[in-house]
Amino acid sequence: MMTLKVNGQDHQVDADPDTPLLYVLREDLKLNAAKFGCGLGQCGACTVIVDGKAVLSCVTPVMLLEGRKVTTLEGLGSVEAPAPIQRAFIEEQAAQCGYCIAGMMMRAQALLARNSKPTEAEIRSELQLNLCRCGTHMRILRAVHRASKLMQTADASPAPRSTP
Amino acid sequence: MASPRIIGSIVAIAVAAGAIAAAAIVWRPAIAAVDPPASFDPALVKHGRDLAAIGNCNDCHTVRGAKDFAGGLPVPTPFGTIYSSNITPDAETGIGRWSEAAFRRAMQSGVDRDGQHLYPTFPYDHFTHVTDDDDRALYAYLMTQRPVRAPARENDLKFPFNQRVVVAGWKLLFLRHGSYQADATKSAEWNRGAYLVEGLAHCGACHTPRNALGAEKIQASFSGGDADNWHAYAINSQSKAPVPWTADALFQYLRHGWHPDHGVARGPMAEVVSNLSEVPESDVRAIATYMADVFGVPTPEQKRRGEEVLASSKQKPQAESTPGAQIFAAACASCHETSRAPPFGGINLALSTALASPDARNAANIVLAGIRPTAGERSPIMPGFADSMSDGQIALLLDELRIRFGHPPWTNTAAVVRDARRTQTVSLERDQP
Repeated sequence: MMTLKVNGQDHQVDADPDTPLLYVLREDLKLNAAKFGCGLGQCGACTVIVDGKAVLSCVTPVMLLEGRKVTTLEGLGSVEAPAPIQRAFIEEQAAQCGYCIAGMMMRAQALLARNSKPTEAEIRSELQLNLCRCGTHMRILRAVHRASKLMQTADASPAPRSTP
Repeated sequence: MASPRIIGSIVAIAVAAGAIAAAAIVWRPAIAAVDPPASFDPALVKHGRDLAAIGNCNDCHTVRGAKDFAGGLPVPTPFGTIYSSNITPDAETGIGRWSEAAFRRAMQSGVDRDGQHLYPTFPYDHFTHVTDDDDRALYAYLMTQRPVRAPARENDLKFPFNQRVVVAGWKLLFLRHGSYQADATKSAEWNRGAYLVEGLAHCGACHTPRNALGAEKIQASFSGGDADNWHAYAINSQSKAPVPWTADALFQYLRHGWHPDHGVARGPMAEVVSNLSEVPESDVRAIATYMADVFGVPTPEQKRRGEEVLASSKQKPQAESTPGAQIFAAACASCHETSRAPPFGGINLALSTALASPDARNAANIVLAGIRPTAGERSPIMPGFADSMSDGQIALLLDELRIRFGHPPWTNTAAVVRDARRTQTVSLERDQP
């Protein structure tokens, strides 16, 4: 039994120490935003944020996460109150099948937290590790630029959340 | 009282002679600025392009993502940081007003057009062996590149190394001029390989250890050195590669960047193999032929061990329950313990030279930063674990793997990982969120 802090809440998790975080998120905590794509850390569909950094949850055993803060897309915003990054992706209609989008948003979110005004080249370099097979890359790029602008305007900031 | 005057004269003559001798060692004239030829023979330019690729010139003379050959790349040395120079044909900040003779002098003697001694981070101790014809082709290639205005960055060196006169002394001790002398007992291919390896390709600049004055230890040629906070493996009989190298394996690795028995060329070697993928195949074969001879014929024991490792790499290992083994099972095994052969899966780590090497840096660097896809090339990908694993966790993992594959334990893994995280910051920040 270990304690896993996800989206600001402590969860008691009964899993083998080498269980990938992705399985615990989806199966035990029913947080289904992060997707299983390749299971090999090659596609980025499973990207979540750990202590502010984008991490591939399919190759991250939970034993590494004692005392660390995990954030999934569910922790950023909701359908009713989307976070800027989510609003931007909706406004740019950046999804086609949508399977990669949660991972794209999480990696973009980590980038924007570190660098609020990334250049096109910085966004491309950052998202290089996340694959999209539908071909919505240009919209994804526009969405990240839009999120960058949204985050700089007060009205777009997400509703205050109790993030400990 | 004639004697003091005589003594005085002798002293004066001695001082003057000393000064002249010192000047002869230190002073080099400027070579007049010229307007270079307006055009060059396209075949010569093409030949120069291939030679520049073999010389890996772009690697040091280009900042990642910036303009080709514009210099400014920091090169860490034990004496401080040296910044590479702008070798584009820009008239003011590059080599745009250099004559071919000035270029040749820089290659052969490490002196710039103004007569200043160049630091031997520019490996003229190797380039001095390049033929005049090849220098002419390199000059033609560089002078036809796009000029980039990029002033030199000031080196950050401690005294006395910030005095370029020191370099003149270094050259007296360590620079041996002379063109490559063919060995008539060897094949033409071997000789071609030797000419390239010892000269333009300057393999020893990284793969040979250096002495306290930063010169290659000639008696320890190719027995392993440093490159940009990576360990450059021993590539002679002291190689730690679990499976002995052959000329064919070397060719495949140098030409395509990976080999199923050895893995992927990364770190500073990535740029080398990227460059070698485009040069004439015969030159890569020649380098492989010569280097196979430098590695030497494996001993029966090395051969037997290599076969054992290859066989073991195809077996399913025992599951272990140490924390390091658990990390491996969850984070690494899905690629490194599968039946998918490289490049579709990671190599079985029984074959890893990084783990077999006495220096833990390369293994630490790779786990932290992973292997980025190379733009425009088919290349392997490995995610970096810098943001999911702590230094202690990576050390546990590496120590476990080191023992699992039968190597004596490293003693300082945690410290190496900590340093690797610090020294790889640039690539981590660029590559990883």
